[in-house]
Amino acid sequence: MKRGFSILAIITALLLSFALYEALVAAPTERTMGDVQRIFYYHVPSAWTALLLFLINFVSSIVYFIRKSAKADILALVSAEVGVVFCTVVLVTGPIWAKPVWGIWWDPADIRLNSTLALWLIYISYLILRKFSTSSKTASIAAAWAVFGALDVPFVFFSIWFFRTQHPSPVIAQGGSLDPAMGRVLLINWAAFLCLAWLVCWTRYRLEVLKREVEEAQALESLHEVSR
Amino acid sequence: MSFLTVASATLKKDVRLEWRSKDAINAMLFFSLLVVVIFSFAFDPTAEESRRIAGGLVWVAFLFAAVVALNQTWARELRNQVLDAYRVSPAPANPLFLAKAVGNFIFVVVLEALMTPLFIMFYKLRALGPGWELVPIALLGTWALVVNGTFFAAISIRTRAREIMLPLLLFPLSIPALLAMVNATTSILTGEESARFWIALLVAYDVVFTTACLLLFETVLEAE
Repeated sequence: MKRGFSILAIITALLLSFALYEALVAAPTERTMGDVQRIFYYHVPSAWTALLLFLINFVSSIVYFIRKSAKADILALVSAEVGVVFCTVVLVTGPIWAKPVWGIWWDPADIRLNSTLALWLIYISYLILRKFSTSSKTASIAAAWAVFGALDVPFVFFSIWFFRTQHPSPVIAQGGSLDPAMGRVLLINWAAFLCLAWLVCWTRYRLEVLKREVEEAQALESLHEVSR
Repeated sequence: MSFLTVASATLKKDVRLEWRSKDAINAMLFFSLLVVVIFSFAFDPTAEESRRIAGGLVWVAFLFAAVVALNQTWARELRNQVLDAYRVSPAPANPLFLAKAVGNFIFVVVLEALMTPLFIMFYKLRALGPGWELVPIALLGTWALVVNGTFFAAISIRTRAREIMLPLLLFPLSIPALLAMVNATTSILTGEESARFWIALLVAYDVVFTTACLLLFETVLEAE
């Protein structure tokens, strides 16, 4: 397992450097937006990765309900944490791109940015709940909350979508086609980001397992001391 | 024990407690009165501006006020281990949840009924759209806030910093419901658009989340 981890780490490093070169040098410059458009190679893969991680969080929460396995619980926690990080990248890079292109930092009627913000808030509150819980069944409570969060996603999407149809939006590029060279760079970047996410989740997973083992050992030790 | 016996007994007890103490309703009334007064001083809006902002203002005031009632829902049952007694009793969990949710719904609807004339007075409101549609919006919207709120209040009693935890859980999840309530109210006040889509969204939201609450409540009740 340790060997697999090192191999993944090396692959991630190589892929990330290659993706960086592809995004900043090899990819063609966009005609109207210029170099600012290159942020797209970080923005979009981060969004896809975050969505995937939130999906993993939802699935592992459901698995936890069925099997009550600690592994599923840890996976749910880890995917939410890493997902929030990637989601933050999306929310930071979005306005940086929007300011020169739309002329504003934030458009309250843009569907993707606002849905992402709502998702971010939901999963932050999931992490706060886990942190503040004093229950002996934190895993069950958190899994219940994750189900609520996932159920909320379509509502968030539709409400903002309809909100947008009422309010004119400054989005110019809608449904445009992507240059194949750009699409390739996008996919390379996504692959690199997925490896990175996998690596971070793996590390965090091992850390959480160790943390729980230590807690268990300490609890046992104090029990022995009391009985002595 | 049958579903209805448990539900009606719990509901009667909660309403009687509130009727005698009037703790929650007084706090909620005073809180929303403060919101009305402070905002009317801060903005001093004309009738036209009021139509645009009142929807947001009214619902944010009610949302914050509702937290008062929601917070005491389960906290009251922790004293003297009432909730533990309930857990070991053979009574099913769902009627308890429904009774609590309906109780909170009654308190918040009473609050809205009492506060609406004040909002109309202070903000010179007059609906340009079909005003009667505000009634189903208020009822559906209140249920959306209260059903999730009652559920999350049961979660928040299992955390540190209970009182502050409930809004942290409830508000992010209520964004679509709140957006629907605010936009539906604004559409009716300004009379520019139809509120039908938002009402349909609220109905769907209520159905989905009421079902989810009923399916998952037992897990939360058992999580000591």
